Amino acid sequence: MSQVESTAQETRAYDDNIVKLFFGATVLWGAVGMLVGVIIALQIAWWPANLGLPWTTFGRLRPLHTNAVIFAFAGNVCFTGIYYSMQRLLKTRMYSDLLSKLHFWGWQAIIVAAAITLPLGLTQSKEYAELIWPIDVAIAVVWVIFAWNFFGTIAVRRVKHLYVAIWFYMSFVITIAVLHIVNSLAIPATLARSYPVFAGLTDGLVQWWYGHNAVGFFLTTPFLGLMYYFLPRAAERPVYSYRLSIIHFWALVFLYIWAGPHHLLYSALPDWAQTLGMVFSIMLLAPSWGGMLNGLLTLRGAWDRLRTDPILKFMVVAVSFYGMSTFEGPVMSIRSVNGLAHFTNWVIGHVHSGALGWVGMMSFGTLYWLFPRLWNRELAYPKMATQHFWLATIGIVLYTVSMWVAGLMEGLQWRALNESGQLANPIFLDIVHSLMPYYWMRVLGGTLYLTGMVMFLFNVVKTISGPERAAAVEAPSPVPAA
Amino acid sequence: MTTESKSHESGAAYGTFHRRVLEGKGAVFAVVTTVAILVGGIVEIVPMYTAGAGPETADWVTPYTPLEVAGRDIYIREGCYLCHSQWVRPMRAEILRYGEWSRAPEYQYDRPFLLGSRRMGPDLHRVSQKYPDAWHYEHMRDPRSTSPGSVMPPYPWLLEATLDAEDVQASVRALRKAGVPYSDSDVDGTAGSLATQGQQITASLAGAGIETRPDREIVALIAYLQRLGREGKAYLSNESGGGE
Repeated sequence: MSQVESTAQETRAYDDNIVKLFFGATVLWGAVGMLVGVIIALQIAWWPANLGLPWTTFGRLRPLHTNAVIFAFAGNVCFTGIYYSMQRLLKTRMYSDLLSKLHFWGWQAIIVAAAITLPLGLTQSKEYAELIWPIDVAIAVVWVIFAWNFFGTIAVRRVKHLYVAIWFYMSFVITIAVLHIVNSLAIPATLARSYPVFAGLTDGLVQWWYGHNAVGFFLTTPFLGLMYYFLPRAAERPVYSYRLSIIHFWALVFLYIWAGPHHLLYSALPDWAQTLGMVFSIMLLAPSWGGMLNGLLTLRGAWDRLRTDPILKFMVVAVSFYGMSTFEGPVMSIRSVNGLAHFTNWVIGHVHSGALGWVGMMSFGTLYWLFPRLWNRELAYPKMATQHFWLATIGIVLYTVSMWVAGLMEGLQWRALNESGQLANPIFLDIVHSLMPYYWMRVLGGTLYLTGMVMFLFNVVKTISGPERAAAVEAPSPVPAA
Repeated sequence: MTTESKSHESGAAYGTFHRRVLEGKGAVFAVVTTVAILVGGIVEIVPMYTAGAGPETADWVTPYTPLEVAGRDIYIREGCYLCHSQWVRPMRAEILRYGEWSRAPEYQYDRPFLLGSRRMGPDLHRVSQKYPDAWHYEHMRDPRSTSPGSVMPPYPWLLEATLDAEDVQASVRALRKAGVPYSDSDVDGTAGSLATQGQQITASLAGAGIETRPDREIVALIAYLQRLGREGKAYLSNESGGGE
């Protein structure tokens, strides 16, 4: 097997235009989604920021934020990385350029439709599955197009074996299709309104089976795939353990899907389902840390480069946050801990240590590595990338710490009893007011993170508009292609 | 090829099996992955329907009236569920603060479920009759007029916007198709039901000096909020000690 990934001729055969398109969409939607996040954080700290208009209230912008950062930003990151790496790992151009284009434009049209309908209050209310049924149908169609192209490319590959990144991408393609279709089953009433075929707590169970695995298979497995391709390339080290990658892949995809009911602990959902959700959530720690360890240990012998290379800085912090949030998640799934944490800001802090820490930082590491190569440019401002890294890291710390403190404070105040066995804090609003300093700290943390995103945007524009690199030769890949 | 050749040298049987059978055949890999991700969902969801292991149902809960359906749709549209839960947990502090913990049958006609995941504001599952209709009207117009220091945004447009009876009828019809036991006369009588229940609420508002019309969105939202937990409260207060 050749160490050199591709000749210059083969490089030309890859479809990198589609990668560039997805990259451009990533940068655009990322900035928008994070901006909306800062706006709704401000609305919680200072209610007049709701602006007194129906379209700008928290209740309508919060789904816009979650959909934008998950499906528009993170989704386009995944597609950027997948279209780039799978062509190289399988040593073939994508199966169909037409399907690639339909996937790209279809997905962006869905995002635009979401950005219009959500502020209008057109929603199904299921978290991360809010979009109205015609858009749900469009998502299913576009996903089938993507899957067709994906499996078609695997079928026409010019290597024998599928590299571990491809396994993770495959679990993403398959599982998201299953989750989306089942959770979206509904009876339409009008073009904009429908009612689910599931009722009550069963509907809740199906939704959280979907919701938790949107985290698992939209924000975890594709990003682990990106980690398995881009981290070894950036570190110029081979993946630490092939055997560990087999074990943690199968354990992760099998165990993750059970974890949803931990979102319904202490509800009237039958106990057997709650207990299954809790037990599998705790077991999920093992394969999650398997992935973290395989990522971190891949850097053995390359740790010194962490001092100078912003790309590795982003990736190491990302994998570390993956480890932290996948430790925190199982802990929060323990019934008694959940009794305190549920409904509080702690959950928001947990989600954002995964979202800003793992997904965001892994994305930036990948994108900083990738886009100068795509356009054959030198990064215009390498120092600014390091500044972006520090701003984002400080932003995450401010965000998660403020939400942990606020979450514990409200959880403890809600449940506190005085010596006569009555509520120690009977006035709900008193508790709300005690959280305000932390809500402002969160606004600051989010603003720092957004500032880093804007610096990235600036660096991208300057780099792409700059002069081309002299020699157009791809670096040899240390990653085993198959 | 460092990592992969290393595993070959170690000669782990599952490693060679995995490499030969799974990594070498994309279709096999896809099928095994699909089976792996389906198991958990099937085990957790299917028995809810087939093994009688699903959430308990009861005949002391009735479907929402058309006006309540309309109010619920407004609750969904405005994203109320993002800050208010409908889920009192069986814990002493929650029962003291909100009332009886939420029972499974109380959700049986909820499509979609609205348990919520965050309490920026208080739980609403026992809010029925906690405040008069006029309180809700003023609270939506200006939350700080009824709750000084509230951080909730105002919703003054609900006071002006009107319901479309045909639109509500389409909802009732779709809900029946989904499985809610509405009769033909329930569906056909949507407009009449909307007017009757709406007039009861406008009458109660008029008693507090508020003039409005029965087809305003605020009226539907009040109908829904005053419904939340009403049947549960009535049933559980008749039970001895309220326990199960």
